Amino acid sequence: MRLSEAEVEHVGALARLALTPDEKEAFRLQLSRILTYMDELRVVNTDGITPMSGMRTNENVFRSDEPQEAFPQEQALANAPDSQDGYFRVPKILRDR
Amino acid sequence: MSLVKLTLRELQERFTRGEVSAFEIVRAYYLRISLVEAKVKAYVTVNDKETVFAEAQALDKELKAWRKTLPLMAMPVAIKDNICTAGMRTTCGSRMLEGYVPPYDATVVQALRAQRCVIIGKTNLDEFAMGSSTEHSAFGPTRNPWKLSHVPGGSSGGSAAAVAADECVAALGSDTGGSIRQPAACCGVVGLKPTYGRVSRYGLVAFASSLDQIGPITKDVMDAAILLNILAGRDPRDSTSADVPVPDFTRAFKKKDVKKLKIGVPVEYFGEGLDAEVREAVQAALEVLEQLGGELQEVSLPHTNVAVATYYLLATAEASSNLARYDGVKYGLRSKHHQDLLEMYCRTRQEGFGPEVKRRIMLGTFALSRGYYEAYYAKAQAVRTLITQDFDTAFQSVDFLITPVMPTPAFRLGEKLDDPLQMYLADIYTLSASLAGIPAIAIPCGFSRQGLPIGIQFMGRPFEEETILRAARAYELATQWRQKRPPIREK
Repeated sequence: MRLSEAEVEHVGALARLALTPDEKEAFRLQLSRILTYMDELRVVNTDGITPMSGMRTNENVFRSDEPQEAFPQEQALANAPDSQDGYFRVPKILRDR
Repeated sequence: MSLVKLTLRELQERFTRGEVSAFEIVRAYYLRISLVEAKVKAYVTVNDKETVFAEAQALDKELKAWRKTLPLMAMPVAIKDNICTAGMRTTCGSRMLEGYVPPYDATVVQALRAQRCVIIGKTNLDEFAMGSSTEHSAFGPTRNPWKLSHVPGGSSGGSAAAVAADECVAALGSDTGGSIRQPAACCGVVGLKPTYGRVSRYGLVAFASSLDQIGPITKDVMDAAILLNILAGRDPRDSTSADVPVPDFTRAFKKKDVKKLKIGVPVEYFGEGLDAEVREAVQAALEVLEQLGGELQEVSLPHTNVAVATYYLLATAEASSNLARYDGVKYGLRSKHHQDLLEMYCRTRQEGFGPEVKRRIMLGTFALSRGYYEAYYAKAQAVRTLITQDFDTAFQSVDFLITPVMPTPAFRLGEKLDDPLQMYLADIYTLSASLAGIPAIAIPCGFSRQGLPIGIQFMGRPFEEETILRAARAYELATQWRQKRPPIREK
């Protein structure tokens, strides 16, 4: 599998990474090589095999839905890069008209 | 013998008998750290000395009120820096979390604190536990105490180096594809990855949630069992932690042999690419196990050759999803260079993550993206089933498996840094146990001519840690590898 520049660009956008042109080219080459190696999976016959998404726990885990002690607001916000009036503060999403 | 050279159990015995105080223990360890840490660089953060001294003195004072000492009481334990410690920064070796101070303790840290154990520091790691050499830490690499020009392995390289260099009596690591076992082998210490679900992951910063597992890195197998006793058990805060009985793991050592045990030797682990010195050391170990009463049997794990591809698709896919949380909003770094929200996300992640983390996020995002999901991610999930079935089949005829931990001894710093695929291939012998969720322990089994440690791996059935602990301990007692010390000079 060889990745094109456009594919690297697309994946970078999906991953929310503002890659530099040098990074894009390095990742294109490195990931192409890694994915070529991974193409060896194609020869493995997996017809009728159930994919494994986690460990062999087939039971769901339930708990009662009861209020429990949680972090106080101040503590929950303590690591926030920006906060105001008990909220996380983020840059404006809507543009001015 | 100097206090810092003792195993956890030896140190605990002295403390229990009143021959040494908690204060004397921590003072000896802080002295040792001051003498070797500048060379080894095992820690991201060493806990504040005055605070720890005061805690130890307080413990000594109230000791009379305790009817008996606890197994980890006053023991200086280091914690890998991706395990949350309340009030003590937890960086994951990343610029992204450089100033992150968790508001809570991981369940395993709570368990240690309940023992009145001393959290002596937070150890270095590959950024977000992604790597096999601890070179991918934003705070610089850790060195191998046996040879400072070489890597300590990874990603729990700081924990393994700290134990090997006597900078702590034991440490916690995390293992997603070998990150406890491989550095333990590189540094000549013991590393145990418990069965997936044996130990709570609550408070372990997530890398690949279906694979991550916390475990001990220790000076010998006895110490690993003592720590596992404290770490293991169901935790309501981690729904993947297993509701299975937790035995006293040290009882596994009542038998000091492997009589009546069938030992599987998987042919695929002794093929091309295995270094001659490692092969020799592991084969010599097999002979020892045979003398201890074990019955060797060749077995096959036919999908071993596709474990690297399977693992690096699944682990990166899970990582790309888990690391989406680092967006500059709730905690961690936020880029100053942005005009709007989307740019803030992208710049924050660009500035906060190092090259290996970005590479893995890219790979994982690709494997999950439209048009490629089936061919890569879903395919790898199906192959994971086959790899697990390989083990099920093998464990029908044998009680545990013996393999090398790594194809070669520790490599030189920088040797594989520019070639990510070569770095990934070094994990070939540890990945399968992670994919299958089975327990595995790495212990020393020799040294290369260069003086670098070589490790051997014992892999067991799910939730049968006792079998591999018993066998590993029997081997350890029958050999002398632990007596050899790293040649590191005190400053």
